[in-house]
Amino acid sequence: MRVLMFGWEFPPHIAGGLGTACYGMTQGLARNDVEVIFVMPKASGDEDQSFVKVVNASDIEARYCDSSIEGADDIMRKISFIHIDSNMVPYISPEEWATYREGYERTGKKFWERKGDSWTQRYTFSGKYGANIMEEVARYAVVAAEVARQLEGQFDVIHAHDWLTYFAGIAAKRVSGKPLVVHMHATSFDRSSSDNIDTRVYEIERAGMAAADMVIAVSNLTRNIVINKYNIEPEKVVAVHNAVQFAENDNPVPERGVEDKIVTFLGRITFQKGPDYFIEAAAKVLHRVPNVRFVMAGSGDMMNHCIRRVAQLGIADRFHFTGFLKGDDVQKMFQLSDVYIMPSVSEPFGISPLEAMRSNVPTIISHQSGVAEVLDYAIKVNYWDVDAMADAIYGLITYPALAKMFSEKGMDEVNNLKWINAAVKIKDVYQQAIDKCK
Amino acid sequence: MKTVCFYFQVHQPWRLKTYRFFQMGNDHNYLDDFTNRAIMQKVARECYLPMNALLLSLIREGKGAFKFTFSITGSAVEQFKAYAPEVLESFKQLADTGCVEFLGETYSHSLASLASVDEFKNEVKLHTAMLKEEFGVKPTAFRNTELIYSDEIAQSVEAMGFKTMLAEGAKHILGWKSPNFVYTDAVDNKLRLLLRNYKLSDDIAFRFSNEGWNEWPLTADKYADWVASETGDIVNLFMDYETFGEHQKAASGIFDFMKALPAALQSRGIEFATASEAAKKLQPVAVLHCPYAMSWADEERDVTAWLGNDLQNEAFRKLYALAPRVKKAKNKDFDFVWHFMQNSDHFYYMATKWLSDGDVHSYFNPYDSAYEAFINYMNVLADFEIELNKL
Repeated sequence: MRVLMFGWEFPPHIAGGLGTACYGMTQGLARNDVEVIFVMPKASGDEDQSFVKVVNASDIEARYCDSSIEGADDIMRKISFIHIDSNMVPYISPEEWATYREGYERTGKKFWERKGDSWTQRYTFSGKYGANIMEEVARYAVVAAEVARQLEGQFDVIHAHDWLTYFAGIAAKRVSGKPLVVHMHATSFDRSSSDNIDTRVYEIERAGMAAADMVIAVSNLTRNIVINKYNIEPEKVVAVHNAVQFAENDNPVPERGVEDKIVTFLGRITFQKGPDYFIEAAAKVLHRVPNVRFVMAGSGDMMNHCIRRVAQLGIADRFHFTGFLKGDDVQKMFQLSDVYIMPSVSEPFGISPLEAMRSNVPTIISHQSGVAEVLDYAIKVNYWDVDAMADAIYGLITYPALAKMFSEKGMDEVNNLKWINAAVKIKDVYQQAIDKCK
Repeated sequence: MKTVCFYFQVHQPWRLKTYRFFQMGNDHNYLDDFTNRAIMQKVARECYLPMNALLLSLIREGKGAFKFTFSITGSAVEQFKAYAPEVLESFKQLADTGCVEFLGETYSHSLASLASVDEFKNEVKLHTAMLKEEFGVKPTAFRNTELIYSDEIAQSVEAMGFKTMLAEGAKHILGWKSPNFVYTDAVDNKLRLLLRNYKLSDDIAFRFSNEGWNEWPLTADKYADWVASETGDIVNLFMDYETFGEHQKAASGIFDFMKALPAALQSRGIEFATASEAAKKLQPVAVLHCPYAMSWADEERDVTAWLGNDLQNEAFRKLYALAPRVKKAKNKDFDFVWHFMQNSDHFYYMATKWLSDGDVHSYFNPYDSAYEAFINYMNVLADFEIELNKL
């Protein structure tokens, strides 16, 4: 089986949630005998240049290959990469995009070459979309149609990841007549507070799913949103949970400076991550036990609000903010933690608890996260239930037996979430889509 | 005959380095040595050394007629010793002329007067000892950090043996009264008060180089005319010493202005006095009621620049909660940290009032936001507490 896949990033260029997922997914598929042609916008900044460039995977395999896996060369040979010149860069808001573009026009310096990352502010959707990013989405669709034409006969099914690529998927389907599978990694409802969503993004998501032959959702939680809020027929929506593929962690365990137990929140400090519930729970715990410190790692539009709240509650001597963590610091933070907590209000999947469990850290997650559907050895609470959250934190830092159980069993559990298994389900979805189109 | 009382505030805070959560428990050097050194040496070059030289020559020319008052914080003296010993020498030279008075204040330019009487007294005692050691003087007049003053603080100051105290000529306290007279405290009328003439002080400190100001350029003669036309006994010109050469750059002509000013004032029959001399010489005309703390900062002339939001109040509470443990520790290293953590500047960086006085705040602020300042300060404080608890 051969797949034409539209994504927007791939490690190591931007190693974040979706890129990492695509990486694991394509490897899993390759090992299930699915050939993948991966198309992604390669932001080069030269808008006038013509668009398609086929890059053979063998040119870059040294960078992508995980040589520790047996037969890795074989797998990588089944994945071809196609880069498309485009300014489209994932996970930045249109306002940011406009700013960067102005900067580029003025200085000729591309922002993606600057240090730092575009990850800190991803999904800061504010409802003030300029025309530009939508134009890019449309342009990507035009390019995708051309790709589909040139590769005619070389693929059996089209797979598009998240809304920015949906028009591209639709265009490729029209040109080639092949079935389309779209993959919902997140919905508009996960990105905004309450129901105040960006309607243009919503429309693209809905159009993509309506045009698709099959829809993959990253969890049942997301599947329900797709069915209930986008009115997609339930029969064509399938939940396939993400898996994880960890890089070997050979970092030395960092020296622990403080003797107190450390409870960590790590992620963007935005409404949907539920940081304020964590703070309230922290205050309750600190009321009871003194020898614990809380860390909120990350940045986001609610950070200042959170700092003020911590000061108001009078717990700032035991509640620390690290700001955005880069590179090894993330791993270091996990290794220093005694409890990891993800109190998300709405989380399509949520990979970070798995990373914590991988570092032997007992984990508390909200029922409102997709990952709660696949984990047994994590304490689950409702995000609004700060009493239950405080209770869980208290238990994990006070009773070593409990913490030990969660950290050991959690490690086993997380090691069993393999992409090769998830890929079997995805392959099955492809087959259904192909059968539908016959 | 009218009197002018110049008082210059000399202070440098110890600036903290970026101190992250990961350093907590492992790294106990909290200071940004590079920045502290760089700023001290720059200010020494542009302000302290040239201005001290100018004042010394004015004293010599005046043959005892030109006098003024300094207040130097312990934190500033510590940094002179570390980074610019020649500055300390030049201040000592001024002290030896006998024409300069040194005021008592808090050692660390702290807000201790708002925390507790005990801490306030400790800070003042330490500062008095420093003046004795470095300049061989015993202060009789007092100025509190940022001219923070209230009836209650006045009582503590008086109890410590000071006869005179400096305060802001704040409109909301004075009402129709003029700052150009000597007042006394409201409780037992024993402490004499000199009040800052903020209009004339800020003409030099803030407006001097402002080309958009309709009085620009300001000449010594014009300014002396303004002083001469003021009603009252005394004009108190209180300002940061860094005004000269730092806030107002040498290119603005500030040094030439100050060089010409004493003669211009004297030719209009105005004489100079240090704070204590002026308070002794002139009769108080009324009592000054000030139930709530006032200061010389911002338009409000209150303490909200340092204790005006949740962040500042939390940091302040958590800092002074450590006081008994630091005292018990009796350890020089801990005392050093304890003092620089009290620098009022750290709290100033956490201010979130950015309207009329935003430009003044941001001028002095090394942090991008109040929140960053708060996080950094609390991280350092947390580590300090961990170390303190190990003793």
